[in-house]
Amino acid sequence: MHSDRASLSLRASAIAGLLFLHLPILLIFLYAFTTEEKSYEFPPPGLTLQWFGVAWSREDIWPPLWLSLWVASISTILAMILGTLVSAAMAQTKFFGREQISLLILLPIALPGVITGMALRSAFSIMDIPFSTWTIILGHATFCIVIVYNNAVARFRRLSGGVMEASADLGANGFQTFRYVLLPNLGTALLAGGMLAFALSFDEVIVTTFTAGQQSTLPIWMLQELVRPRQRPVTNVVAIVVFIATFVPILIAYYLTRNGSDIAGSGK
Amino acid sequence: MSPAPAILPERGLADRLTALFWRHPRLLLAVLLTPPLLWLGVVYLGSLAALLLQSFYSIDEFSGVVKEEFTLKTYGELFRAQNMDIIIRTLLMSAVVTVGCAILAFPIAYYAARFARGKWKAIFYLGVMLPLWSSYLVKVYAWKLILAKEGIVTWAADGMGLVPVLDAVLSIPGIGGNSLSTSYIGTFLVFVYIWLPYMILPMQAALERVPTSMLEASADLGASRSQTFRTVIFPLAMPGIIAGSIFTFSLTMGDYIIPQIVGNSSRFIGLAVYQLQGTAGNTPLAAAFAVVPIVVMLVYLWVAKRKGAFDAL
Amino acid sequence: MTAAVEFRAVTRHFGNVRAVDGVDLTIEEGSFFAMLGPSGSGKTTCLRLISGFEKPNDGSIRIFGQDVGDVPPNRRNVNTVFQDYALFPHINVRDNVGYGLMVKGVDRRTRNDRAEEMLALVKLSGYGDRKPAQLSGGQRQRVALARALVNEPRVLLLDEPLGALDLKLREAMQDELKALQARLGITFIFVTHDQGEALSMADRLAVFNEGRIAQIGTPNDVYARPRTRFVADFVGSSNVLPPDVTRAFGGPAAWASLRPESLHVGVAEGATPTGTVTGLRYLGAGSRLTLDVAGAEVAALVPAGQPVPATGSTVGLRFDPASLHVMEGEG
Repeated sequence: MHSDRASLSLRASAIAGLLFLHLPILLIFLYAFTTEEKSYEFPPPGLTLQWFGVAWSREDIWPPLWLSLWVASISTILAMILGTLVSAAMAQTKFFGREQISLLILLPIALPGVITGMALRSAFSIMDIPFSTWTIILGHATFCIVIVYNNAVARFRRLSGGVMEASADLGANGFQTFRYVLLPNLGTALLAGGMLAFALSFDEVIVTTFTAGQQSTLPIWMLQELVRPRQRPVTNVVAIVVFIATFVPILIAYYLTRNGSDIAGSGK
Repeated sequence: MSPAPAILPERGLADRLTALFWRHPRLLLAVLLTPPLLWLGVVYLGSLAALLLQSFYSIDEFSGVVKEEFTLKTYGELFRAQNMDIIIRTLLMSAVVTVGCAILAFPIAYYAARFARGKWKAIFYLGVMLPLWSSYLVKVYAWKLILAKEGIVTWAADGMGLVPVLDAVLSIPGIGGNSLSTSYIGTFLVFVYIWLPYMILPMQAALERVPTSMLEASADLGASRSQTFRTVIFPLAMPGIIAGSIFTFSLTMGDYIIPQIVGNSSRFIGLAVYQLQGTAGNTPLAAAFAVVPIVVMLVYLWVAKRKGAFDAL
Repeated sequence: MTAAVEFRAVTRHFGNVRAVDGVDLTIEEGSFFAMLGPSGSGKTTCLRLISGFEKPNDGSIRIFGQDVGDVPPNRRNVNTVFQDYALFPHINVRDNVGYGLMVKGVDRRTRNDRAEEMLALVKLSGYGDRKPAQLSGGQRQRVALARALVNEPRVLLLDEPLGALDLKLREAMQDELKALQARLGITFIFVTHDQGEALSMADRLAVFNEGRIAQIGTPNDVYARPRTRFVADFVGSSNVLPPDVTRAFGGPAAWASLRPESLHVGVAEGATPTGTVTGLRYLGAGSRLTLDVAGAEVAALVPAGQPVPATGSTVGLRFDPASLHVMEGEG
């Protein structure tokens, strides 16, 4: 029975499962073209391109978009620096407290976002820190560290430890080894980690609602529209933008790491 | 030609620093670890400590001002009937979502681990990774469109003459509702959809570790398909299922967006935390609520570790 | 003669494990030196102490007379051929070979020329543009060799350099390495667990056991006159005789070694000692007999063309008393 071919029912349910994961997203695209703006009528009574123009000229969309881009960029850079440092330390040697540190890095994504958000909010309130762009970034960078870390540490593991020693053996000092051996080998993994961190930060909403104060990132703007819809198709246009802003970095990350399984199993 | 020196001269600061770190490897470790540990230690652990601290404060019932004195009163409030309802409802939903994810994930994970090769392997990998990473809010929104009363599900049911079935499902007391988007069923569906990839990946990782020969041995020994599944595949997939369930359980427990957008407006822990700290201004009770998932997850992780689930992460 | 490498009471421990335990060692310039021992005997740690990837907990190491206690690996003019070759996967063969020159600031043209010279030396001309992943195991090994030699090191360290190669390639490389060392005159220190390799290639060798040097000497010394039972057991297939059996062979009551090819099998009458044939293995160039002598198992070689006694028969053993080598102590 265990030939190398799956039974028809297994193959059908596996493919059905994949479709289940992807089809709903396509609807977002469809509804961006509907002529019906008050309800989610299916099938759409008519199709139009007007919502893209409307969205473009809606002034309340631009500030959240810029804020999201800014927050995601800064958080990504911070996470890349911190994640690389910690992965380099973890790859280097065994030392006391190693397990505890890896747990600490994992914690911000292992615990539900509402806890990270609530915890940051409590800290801000106890220390009288006013909400600002930086309070948002503080939260985002924290949970992005693990994304970069996971990617980098997987690559460190694949990179045979010998090449660093070989470099020193051939006369390179630590900085040359970093520049000529470590960076070229780690580069794509770091970039992939950065891409995923950017995608994660750009569409994060759960922690952000606790740390944003009066400011809106694009996902917060979307959330408000979901709770109290105005022009529904405009929300779809924004959803497409958010989707593409996350989808493209993920694809890039995949192509950067496709020779290994670096990003497998790295949860959000 | 005289031979090169056996020891090369030191050239510049880079060489001096290299020598310093070589003589004191711990120093390099400290340099590498200090910034991230400061960040995580101060920002994250500090915040968790602040959360814990807040949960031991209480709120003055008349003035609505937070009293910064140690008390267990706020934790006591968790045991009020309405708050216990929230906690039990959340845990039940998390458990049901986890089971739902495990069932749906199995064929995908099993096929991807055992049969998909070459191009199909990549398709399955991307096919799971993309939904996992792509915008959470957009995915939730998509389901609002799908489950809306005038949406595609109703349309499809209409087209296939299944409206009575849909109505029957919606009229089930307790979990039914006016439409799918305002019922527990809807909330459940969206949770399963959103967290499904988190179950597939560890399950696939666990199944990929099952040697094909083991399945063949089982078949050779005369086991039927279902016997092989029950006695060989399922137990071997178990660590992966537990690893996946850590995600599905934890993420469902803490989510407050999905029940807000798709559901019958009954509260879950995440939503309670959000509303208590926001509109209600009862930060201590919000903090106490937030401690519940932490405790549940710590117990869950402890049990999972004993079952060896972390090898599949 | 100058000492290329000197160890003085060097100790290196990892936790409670003494990987290297009070080793004294002098390796002369221009020699082909082998460190032989089973895995975990401390030989690789000794090599890493020379390259600087390990630091001694105690004792001192000198390279060409200079104490290197404070000198990091990049400033030691010592290069290593790593066991897994450790080629840089992201750059091509030419850049791999030229790496050591690049980090020393040599311009690209010069280092490309030198790299090509080195590739020619290891018979890999024309492979410069390939990536390491496109090479076979034997070719990678040569690139690793070229990459180390381009720096004109005073000492070349080789860590099980032939371990990953198949038998035929290994034998060819043994000859090549030996010829290369003779030609360049660089001190070669290589680590191996294969006693045949050590005996056939080295000028001198050290046998390691449990972090200490059990014996040091020329291959012939070590093979013919093992100092301890461990050395006799580990190096070659010598007969190791317990004290009472040594006495049966006419020696003192001490452990001794006796090489199978030194034993001549003949008629039992008038011979001391005698033994019973318990087994026989045909080897092509002769046969290897297993005999029971005074309760101990002893091997003897019968050259081709001579009569081979039947299993179960009693035979006499004759040998040159000088070939019976009495060892020191038990260990």
